[in-house]
Amino acid sequence: MIRDITIGQYYPAESPIHRLDPRVKIVCTLLFLVSLFIQNSLPGYVIATIFLGCVISMSRVPVKYIVKGLKPIVILLMFTVVMNLFLTRGGDTLVHFWIFTITEEGLRTSVFMAVRLIYLVMGSSIMTFTTSPNGLTDGLEKLLRPLNKINVPVHEVAMMMSIALRFIPILLEETDKIMKAQIARGADFESGNIIQRAKAMTPILVPLFVSAFRRANDLAMAMEARCYNGGEGRTKMKPLRYKAQDRWAYVITVIYMIVIFAVGRFVPFKLWIF
Amino acid sequence: MSIALEHVNYVYSPGTAYEKHALKDVSLEIAQGQFVGIIGHTGSGKSTLIQHLNGLMKATSGKVLYDGQNIYDEGYDMKRLRSQVGLVFQYPEYQLFEEDVLRDVCFGPKNQGLSAEECEKCAREALDLVGFPEKYYRQSPFELSGGQKRRVAIAGILAMHPKVLVLDEPTAGLDPKGRDEILDQIEHLHRETGMTVILVSHSMEDIANYVERIIVMNRGEKMLDGVPKEVFSHYKELEKVGLAAPQVTYVMHDLKERGFQVSTDATTIGEAADEIMRSFHD
Amino acid sequence: MKMIHAEKLVYEYDKRDEEGNVIGTNRAIDGVDIDVPQGSFVAVLGHNGSGKSTLAKHMNAILVPTGGTMWVDGRDTRDPAELWNVRQTAGMVFQNPDNQIIGTVVEEDVGFGPENLGVPTDEIWKRVEDSLRSVGMLEYRKSSPNKLSGGQKQRVAIAGVIAMEPKCIVLDEPTAMLDPNGRREVIRAVEKLRKEKNVTVILITHYMEEVIDADQVFVMDDGHIVMHGTPREIFSRVDELKSYRMDVPQVTMLAEELRKRGLDLPRGILRREELVEALCRLR
Repeated sequence: MIRDITIGQYYPAESPIHRLDPRVKIVCTLLFLVSLFIQNSLPGYVIATIFLGCVISMSRVPVKYIVKGLKPIVILLMFTVVMNLFLTRGGDTLVHFWIFTITEEGLRTSVFMAVRLIYLVMGSSIMTFTTSPNGLTDGLEKLLRPLNKINVPVHEVAMMMSIALRFIPILLEETDKIMKAQIARGADFESGNIIQRAKAMTPILVPLFVSAFRRANDLAMAMEARCYNGGEGRTKMKPLRYKAQDRWAYVITVIYMIVIFAVGRFVPFKLWIF
Repeated sequence: MSIALEHVNYVYSPGTAYEKHALKDVSLEIAQGQFVGIIGHTGSGKSTLIQHLNGLMKATSGKVLYDGQNIYDEGYDMKRLRSQVGLVFQYPEYQLFEEDVLRDVCFGPKNQGLSAEECEKCAREALDLVGFPEKYYRQSPFELSGGQKRRVAIAGILAMHPKVLVLDEPTAGLDPKGRDEILDQIEHLHRETGMTVILVSHSMEDIANYVERIIVMNRGEKMLDGVPKEVFSHYKELEKVGLAAPQVTYVMHDLKERGFQVSTDATTIGEAADEIMRSFHD
Repeated sequence: MKMIHAEKLVYEYDKRDEEGNVIGTNRAIDGVDIDVPQGSFVAVLGHNGSGKSTLAKHMNAILVPTGGTMWVDGRDTRDPAELWNVRQTAGMVFQNPDNQIIGTVVEEDVGFGPENLGVPTDEIWKRVEDSLRSVGMLEYRKSSPNKLSGGQKQRVAIAGVIAMEPKCIVLDEPTAMLDPNGRREVIRAVEKLRKEKNVTVILITHYMEEVIDADQVFVMDDGHIVMHGTPREIFSRVDELKSYRMDVPQVTMLAEELRKRGLDLPRGILRREELVEALCRLR
């Protein structure tokens, strides 16, 4: 159950996408996310779909995995769809029963919002699937380095993130174990109202916090023992250097941005209400 | 109150890249009052197996019968099953959470719906059963030593009055004396209460001294099942799967090869010493 | 040449009540003298809470003594200017395999130490490959540590220390959380390192079988060193060991039992072949 959460997990494989510089992947992912918001038309989404599809197939990450990453947002997704479907008004009324009204505009917005949300998660999970968390934090560290000048501890923040990413799966597994152990002692996490349920979480949360602190303590010690002393004077095993492929990736993404912007704006293609 | 598994299969994450057949057609029956050891190394399916005994994991196919009744039947009372088949996980001290020892042990009985007085009575009995000193009842469980924490965790299960006690690696991480103390305590418990005890371990030496029956798991299958002597006589097969008989078993085989008139089925130091002395006196 | 040298080592920490007020001091280590020659294999035995882990943590200046002195390769661990040299000289492997792996990919974790030391990139790659090969984990270099077994994780942790090219490795109960296969893997890896790289090894453990090959064994109890000698000397004192909550290998125990029943066997038998030979001679 809890182990099924795949978001933020690295999927090791040899692919052109995996080989890209993490900075490229971060910037291009951001651009892709922006591209989903600067247009709102069928042709625009078609182009976004083609782009995303190409990237996914090039990444060699099984589609199943990426789809699994959507699980945690299912509720949010349904909520958004339902809210937009019933609350957005505009255009002809399609269905009307009791107090519910679905209008053309409502249907349109809710479908587009759903696609947008799904692509948002898929786009960012493709980044995390193809970039090792260390690569990701290295990339962020280097991208944000200018902030060092205004006393933002960029290296420390990046280090914290990479450690968090390493321990998320371990803590999830641990939660699973503790939960099972308490169920074996007759704990009930499924019935009762919200307050009762929240109270029932104590036997999970207390041991989990105790364990997290113990791990943090151990880890700090292990890092010190291996001469970790902050970012100063450190070298990199995998220093980031742009290569030809990275420049091409930028170029392609920029072209994609221009195309999607132009098409979204100026190609008035419509299919029914979309 | 027997437990029986009939052709149980369990597959992890079916249909994904991580699909794993953790249990393959496992059938076995454990009678009330038996002291059984389950042996296998990490990934052999032994932990998966014991989580089927109290319904924490549901078999992909096959039946689990408790007291003759299929626990997968509709409307079966799982909560009752879980209090009858008490499962003590590996490193059970990591599940302690209450402010003091006594309250932590009360958690199980409280979930069974007992009154506060009854809970405390059960808890005191259970703590007594594992030999936990009364002067520490009001101490925080987090301040105890490793061995004491483990006793508290085991008491937490015993307080629910299970008919079957399953322990997953109860000695992991303890020092030699701590290990012997816990195992002796478990044996004492078995003798006192007559409950079924299922002890999961990867140490043959530990188990040989205590249990009356050993089940060996390998790659999700039941590989051997019998009294210790019988199981250890297959020491060559055990070795092939990365397990080993107790060292004394090897000594006896070596001696026999060198012409000693000894029987090779000794599994404990006492038995081995008896055999060797006998061969010298003959 | 002494790799590790301690004189009258004392480590005290404050005992606190529930409100955090100091109510006294505890002595985790109480007057320990220890001498480890370079290139030797030394084992420290002791029950949980005997002070053996605290002692280990002094060997790479995670803790510094509150009394007495600890020298690592001639450097006083209390000297702040020597801190990083001490830590590089004596690498440390801890008990919990999960809580000491920092990287999310095996090779990146092994590279973590050299990165901290400021080793140039090309050299890091060479060291990473080298140390992963020496613990037999090279084929897993691209794996996520979460997918490895306990024994494999500990071998990665050892590689991470080796990559820093220490003169000495301190292993603080590296096998306590592993199953027998994992334990064997780790001990074999350590053995190989000792032979190939000639590093000094200090193994803290409570598994008797792991110390049979040590050059010398120290037994700790209540912050003191209570026994010291070769494994054979130590294991011939079965009752004394037991009084310190320790054990002896099963073969040694069997030999002791037979001696008690009147057989004239030598003391301190460690291996099964020795026992069988000794019994054959008696016949």
